[in-house]
Amino acid sequence: MVISGIRLPMMTSLIVWAVIWEIAGHTDAGFILPPLSRIVWRVFEIVPTASFLDALLITGRAFLLGNAIAIGIGVPLGILMGRSVIADRLLLPWVNLFLSAPLSALVPVIMVLFGLGETTIVLVVVLFSMWIIVLNTRAGVRAISPSLVEMARSFGANGWQAFSRIYLWAALPEILAGIRLGMIRAVKGVVIGQLLVSVVGFGTLFEIYQSHFLMEHFWALLLVLFSFAFTLNELLAGLERRFAYYAASR
Amino acid sequence: MTPNIAPAEPRQTPGLAPIPPVATRPIVEVKSVSKTYAGGVEALSGISLDFPEGRLTTLLGPSGCGKTTLLKIIAGLIPASGGQVFVDGREVKGPGPERAFVFQDFALMPWASVIRNVAFGLELRGIAHGEREAIAERHIARVGLKGFERKYPHELSGGMRQRVGLARALAVDAKVVLMDEPFSAVDEQTRRKFQEELLELVANEGKSFIFVTHSIEEAVYVSDRIALLSRRPSRVSAIIEPKIVRGGDPEKIRRDSAYLDVVEDIWQQLKHYLD
Ligand SMILES: Nc1ncnc2c1ncn2[C@@H]1O[C@H](COP(=O)(O)OP(=O)(O)OP(=O)(O)O)[C@@H](O)[C@H]1O
Ligand SMILES: [Mg+2]
Repeated sequence: MVISGIRLPMMTSLIVWAVIWEIAGHTDAGFILPPLSRIVWRVFEIVPTASFLDALLITGRAFLLGNAIAIGIGVPLGILMGRSVIADRLLLPWVNLFLSAPLSALVPVIMVLFGLGETTIVLVVVLFSMWIIVLNTRAGVRAISPSLVEMARSFGANGWQAFSRIYLWAALPEILAGIRLGMIRAVKGVVIGQLLVSVVGFGTLFEIYQSHFLMEHFWALLLVLFSFAFTLNELLAGLERRFAYYAASR
Repeated sequence: MTPNIAPAEPRQTPGLAPIPPVATRPIVEVKSVSKTYAGGVEALSGISLDFPEGRLTTLLGPSGCGKTTLLKIIAGLIPASGGQVFVDGREVKGPGPERAFVFQDFALMPWASVIRNVAFGLELRGIAHGEREAIAERHIARVGLKGFERKYPHELSGGMRQRVGLARALAVDAKVVLMDEPFSAVDEQTRRKFQEELLELVANEGKSFIFVTHSIEEAVYVSDRIALLSRRPSRVSAIIEPKIVRGGDPEKIRRDSAYLDVVEDIWQQLKHYLD
C-alpha cells in the first residue's frame, strides 16, 4: 500500500483498526466492546489458567483427531470419486449436500446422539471439514494427466502403487488446499458447536464469561481463537506454496 | 538402394544390402487386431503386422488412423476388441516388463527429481534404492543428462524432458521400446539430434523399437521398416523398407536421391487421404 509516496507495511491497516477499536472502547460502547489494550491484557491473564488449558486440551485433541479422520476418509474417498464414475454418481450429491447444508443445525442432534464429550467435538470437526477435502481431492484427481496414469500402468504399477505414488502426489496441491479450507471450517464448527451447547471445552468458558458479563474475557477468548485459525491458515498456505510449483505442470 | 515398396509383405531387393537383412523372427506379432471404442468409433479393423527383432519399425499414417491405439494395444494399456498380440512369443494380456513406453508428452512426475523419474520403473519392481539409483545414473549419463540427476522436470527444456522419458524406458531394460511421437514436442534442431541418437540406440542396444510419427521424412530417416496405415478403420496399406545407408553425413543422406525418392513415394501414397 502506498499513500502519498510513502510505502506502508502490510500491517498498517491492522494498526489503524486497532486504534479505532481502542478509541471506541473508551466511549460508551466500551460496555460491550472493551478497549483492545485491556482485551490483550486479559489474553495473558486467562491463557495460563487451568480452565483455559483444560478447554484447549479437550478442544485441541478433538480438533486434531477430527481432522485426521476427515483427511483419512476424505482423501481416499475423493480419489475414488475422481477415478470411478459410479462412485462419483453415487456420492457426489451427498457430498455437495453436506458441503452447502447449514451444518450448525446438526450439531445439537449430534450432541443428543453422542452426549457432551469429546466424541461429539470430534464428529463435529469431521462433519465440518471432510466434504471440502473430498471435493478438492476429487478435483485434483480429475486434473491428473491421463498419460501419467498410463505411464505408471505401463511400468507395472499395481492399484496401491498408482494410488500412493501417482494420484496422491499429483493431486497434492488440491488436497492441501482442501485440508486448509477444511480446518478453517472445523474451527468454525467447533466454536459454533461449543457456543450452541456450551458445556464442553471453550463453550463452558464462553458461557461463564457471558453469564457474568465479563466482556473483556469474552473478547480475549475470541481473539485467541481467531489468531489460532489465522496462524493455522497461514501455516497450511505456506505448505501449499511449497508444492504449488508443479500444480501448473501436471 | 532402390526403395522397396510392396502392397503387403516386403520384397527383398537384390544386390548389396547396406544393413544385414531383417531378422526372420518377429519380436512382436499383431494378428488381426481390431478395436472399437466405446461409443462406436472403429479405430482398427483386423490389422496384422510383424515387427522384426532388433530393428526400428515405424507406424505411419494419416491423423486419427489409430497409430496410438495400436501402440497402446501392443503396450497392453488398452484391450483389443478382437485378435491377438504376441510379444516374444507370449500373448499380451496387459503391460509387461519386456515392453517400455516413451510418451509424446513425456509423462514425467513433476514432483520427482530426474533420477527418481528415471528409476521409477525399477522402483515399482521393488529394486533397492541404491541399486536402482546406480542403474538410473548410468542411463541418465547415456542420454547426455549427467549432472541433472537432482533437477526437477520443470527446470528442464522440452528436449531434456524427453531424454528423461527415454532414459526411464531404457532403465527397465525392456526388449521392446514403444515410442508414440516422442519428438513431436521438441524443436527441429533437437529433433534431428534425437534422430541421430535413436539410430545409435537401435544399432547398439539390441532392442526392438516401435515408433510412431507424423513426419514422413523422420520415418524414412530412422526406420528399418515402415508400416503405412490407411485411414480409419485402419489396415496396413503398404510396408516399406527404406534401406538408407547409415553412418555417413546426415546432411548428405537427407539430400540423397534414394532417400528423397522414398519420401516422395510415401507422400504419393498418403496424399489421397487428405481431402
Ligand atoms: N478413448 C477413446 N474413445 C473413443 N475414441 C477414441 C479414443 N481414443 C481414440 N479414439 C478415436 O480412435 C481413432 C484413432 O485414434 P488414435 O489416437 O489411435 O489415432 P492416431 O493415429 O494416433 O492419431 P494422431 O495421428 O492424431 O495421433 C480416432 O478417430 C480417435 O478419435
Ligand atoms: Mg496418436
